[in-house]
Amino acid sequence: MPDKKYEPKIVAFFCNWCTYTAADLAGVSRLKYAPNVKVIRIMCSGRVDPQFILQAFASGADGVLIGGCHPGDCHYSEGNYKMLRRFRLLKRMLHTLGIDDERFRLEWISASEGEKVKIVINDMVEKLKVLGPLSIPKQISVLDEELREITEEHAEPLTGREELSHV
Amino acid sequence: MSDKPKLAFYWCASCGGCEESVVDLAEDILMVAGAVDIIFWPVAMDFKKNDVEAMEDGSIFAAMINGAIRTSEQEEMARLIRRKSKVVIAYGSCAHMGGIPSLANEFSREQIMEFMYQESPSVVNPEKIRPMLNFKHNSQNVNLPEIRNLVRTLDQVIDVDYYLPGCPPTPKLLKQAVLTLLSGEFPPKGTVLSPDEALCEECPRKESKPSDLSFKHFYRPHEVLLDKTKCLLSQGVVCMGPATRAGCEALCISGNMPCSGCFGPTSRVRDQGAKMLSSLCSNISENDEAGIDGVLDGIPDPVGTFYRYGLAASLLRKKITEDV
Ligand code: SF4
Ligand code: SF4
Ligand code: FES
Repeated sequence: MPDKKYEPKIVAFFCNWCTYTAADLAGVSRLKYAPNVKVIRIMCSGRVDPQFILQAFASGADGVLIGGCHPGDCHYSEGNYKMLRRFRLLKRMLHTLGIDDERFRLEWISASEGEKVKIVINDMVEKLKVLGPLSIPKQISVLDEELREITEEHAEPLTGREELSHV
Repeated sequence: MSDKPKLAFYWCASCGGCEESVVDLAEDILMVAGAVDIIFWPVAMDFKKNDVEAMEDGSIFAAMINGAIRTSEQEEMARLIRRKSKVVIAYGSCAHMGGIPSLANEFSREQIMEFMYQESPSVVNPEKIRPMLNFKHNSQNVNLPEIRNLVRTLDQVIDVDYYLPGCPPTPKLLKQAVLTLLSGEFPPKGTVLSPDEALCEECPRKESKPSDLSFKHFYRPHEVLLDKTKCLLSQGVVCMGPATRAGCEALCISGNMPCSGCFGPTSRVRDQGAKMLSSLCSNISENDEAGIDGVLDGIPDPVGTFYRYGLAASLLRKKITEDV
């Protein structure tokens, strides 16, 4: 049963030239969208390194949303195509690694589509609420409890060694 | 015992190839043996855990531990050796990044046990007997190590000073590492003891690597006849060279096989698989979903391709089970 009070955390990478401006517009036009999104402004969707996406999930995001210019409209001509190509393989890989398809989304939203920002975010929040929390950091820390079992006298404490001194 | 620096080797979840690579030092092993005392090396010499326990803390100059950490026994030994050693080196891909054993992190422990003890076609086990951690035999308590929930890198379990990468590391790198340590000039803690640049930089086929790669197909090595002189990426074969650290002197490429990434990433990359995926995908020639997916069909197993030696060290570390 999904927790009623659960609020999903979404990390969004929005292109400066389109989706970021659209999100601004949505704000100015007082369109209400769910407050679950942390927006990171980037100069082009093509700048989103897949490492950023994995890092977001590994740090506790429940979903990652990327917003870029419509095909043909990228300011750097190819950036959004590069993102789309990475997105297709990354999505398949994340699926293999147990991350539901709904948690990772790519949308083309132009600067004038404030309404679309609202629709996409609200829709994603609803879907993530149904899925429930992903909580990767918590999962790892639960599994790492087993590392505390060995307490015998010769075992080195798990943390806190000093830097080697140069001779 | 003499007062030469003491060296220890130990193995955890590994295949034995790392031990073999020490023997591959050939005549140089005499140089090493002349300069140090090897005081613990279970694969080659008869020492017991008690002998290590009896040593003073910090009395081993350097310990090279190979293998990933999968069992409670490996954890215990790694922690014991850590306490006794001044310098600990994660030796080989498995200790460094989890290695091939860490592909097991795509499955839960229960899935693995169920397959190994029940479902595997070569197993007959109608009573579903599983190994027990403790039992009594002739009124003696017998204990087995526990298989842990995750395969871990060495540095996810103990503090590690240096890394010698590779599956296995080359004798040349091992020799260099020993000489460096004996010189007393310790590199900064955490250093990977291999050149910090991409493998392509030392690849003999570097000149034929196009600056504007454009992939229309990906082939697996057995699906094409490979030109022995041209960059493998330019022939549509996934070569991990651009996302892999140099140091092996392009061993696999010399055998006309693509690099599969055993040296791990350079210091500027956190997640080797994501980096490789990124650079490969950027250069796909198609722009629409169907076209892109058609090209990507040539990579049927992205996890096994991009994280072959390092799922445990990747940002996600394992297959996520959404019900924990
Ligand atoms: S991609 Fe592979 S074959 Fe091509 S230059 Fe790099 S290491 Fe050599
Ligand atoms: S070419 Fe790649 S896989 Fe082969 S030994 Fe070198 S780093 Fe390892
Ligand atoms: S500039 Fe907006 S996606 Fe490239």
